[in-house]
Amino acid sequence: MAAPSAAPRRLTGRSGGLPDRLFRSASGLAAIGVTLLIIAIGVMLALNSTEAFGKFGLGFITNTVWDPVAEVFGALPYIVGTLLSSAIALVIAAPIGILTAIFLAELAPRRLSIPLTFLIELLAAIPSVVFGLWGVFVLSPFLGSTVDPFLIRILGWIPIFAGPSYGIGLFSAGIILAIMVLPTIVAISREVISSVPDSQREAMAALGATRWEIVRRAVLPFARSGIIGAVILGLGRALGETMAVTMVIGNAQDLPTSIFDQSQTIASKIATTFNEASIGIQTSSLIALGFILLVITIGLNVLARLLVRRVTAGERRT
Amino acid sequence: MTTLAPVMDRSIASRLVRSKADQRRARTDRMMRGFSLAAAIACVIPLAAVIIFVTINGLGGLNLDLLTKPPRALGTGGGAASAILGSLQMIPLATLVAVPVGVLGAVYVAEFSGRRSADAIRFAADVLVGIPSILVGIFVFTFLVLPFKQFNAFAGSMALALLMVPVIMRTTEEILRLVPGTLREASLALGIPMWRTVLSVVLRTGLTGILTGVMLAVARAFGETAPLLFTALGSRLVNVGDFAKPMDALPIFIYVNARQPYPVLNQQAWGAALLLLIVVLTINILVRARSWGRRAA
Repeated sequence: MAAPSAAPRRLTGRSGGLPDRLFRSASGLAAIGVTLLIIAIGVMLALNSTEAFGKFGLGFITNTVWDPVAEVFGALPYIVGTLLSSAIALVIAAPIGILTAIFLAELAPRRLSIPLTFLIELLAAIPSVVFGLWGVFVLSPFLGSTVDPFLIRILGWIPIFAGPSYGIGLFSAGIILAIMVLPTIVAISREVISSVPDSQREAMAALGATRWEIVRRAVLPFARSGIIGAVILGLGRALGETMAVTMVIGNAQDLPTSIFDQSQTIASKIATTFNEASIGIQTSSLIALGFILLVITIGLNVLARLLVRRVTAGERRT
Repeated sequence: MTTLAPVMDRSIASRLVRSKADQRRARTDRMMRGFSLAAAIACVIPLAAVIIFVTINGLGGLNLDLLTKPPRALGTGGGAASAILGSLQMIPLATLVAVPVGVLGAVYVAEFSGRRSADAIRFAADVLVGIPSILVGIFVFTFLVLPFKQFNAFAGSMALALLMVPVIMRTTEEILRLVPGTLREASLALGIPMWRTVLSVVLRTGLTGILTGVMLAVARAFGETAPLLFTALGSRLVNVGDFAKPMDALPIFIYVNARQPYPVLNQQAWGAALLLLIVVLTINILVRARSWGRRAA
């Protein structure tokens, strides 16, 4: 990125006429509106979930039964489904994503890194519902007939890897999520790694380090908190991802005991039942699910952005 | 960008490096380079797999019927006209709302605000991008669906607009920061008021970059399903112009038809997915090829 010929000056001086003041207020309103929107979403979800939290208290989080007829609602299976599918996604996507970012930023020649970066940006552009369609009809049957039986044969003695597998389920959702969060992890990690000062690399090189040693001993320690931030951003995306997961996770009500079980995430539970829910305690419970999801994702996002900023702040110009 | 000279030419290295330890270091280096190349390739495989399978399965379903006919009774053919027309109505309305808000917000952050508040607003926009889109759907549902007791396309458009605003705002702001300060000063020195300076000098200079951000947001909106589920709902009827009624959209059409037990409808889902993929990837490639070319040059 070329540096601007002169640093942009902010037009902060006292403004003249009425049009200026109007223009300024309008733009300020738009900017503040975006900020208020987050608060509005939070307040709205909180208010509408008070009925559920009021009736069930913390039991809402620990209860495993979701029964609209008896009007008993517990969120635990969906919280577990959300965390497990995202955990599977990160176990797969974090190492691959970080290695790819290292490759693109440090090792690859430009004529390779530019088209690869482009392709990974395209991966991020594919709509969730298309991933879902591909997941249902291509990926899940493939996993169910080849990969899952293999994993069950080798790791089946560990309870969470126990069979049987139907193709569709937590593991399938985890893989789809891994694919969907890869571009996030790669892009942010790459940005963070690129912002490591060259002096760090040169110092290692001067000591006779190999390329990998430079990465391992100089670049990664410097970029570590930012890379962790990138992974957390990926996690935030995985937790809230809706359509693809809804289509491949199986939409089962029970607490999963194996990663091949069919399950349900918070987002997929909302997606599949919100429209049929009767207004009242059931809708309130679904919104309470949404509120839990919001708190988790906002928390993670704030944490991740702060971590990333810690590394890249040095090269900020303005 | 690193501009280090190659640290160790392999042929020279192998002659210079003698000791066991050094050989091991060189081996580790080669191995980790290999792993990272493999990881990069692994990232591209799913892209290829999705494009290939959607093309193979979608070509049979992407025909004139799909493009022109409304859906018919379950399992008997018809097409996706309702969905195509729905997307083509809701997205322009969403864009019409999101562009002014997003661009104005960016103008405030880049031109008017102090550094502290600029940081805060930027941070808020980033966090807003990270909020699950289904929650935006619930949010809009409570304000624009519940009071009217009717799912409606207007609510769908507004949900899409809410998702587009932070994206447009962030990309626009990045562009505005690249506009040289000398241009602003020159314009102000000519006695042109601030608002005109911003509109016809700053925004004009950054126009292509801003359009890039807008197009990427539009591409994203085309594929968004979750925020429409509780707002526009989807519909099997063709709805032209009635924003107070439910309306179909391409991604909803794909989602609904993929869940049906009828192969004919699954086939339509694939056809619609191919259409959606073509639209989204074309926008992305056209828009990004520009900046890609610039980076390569």
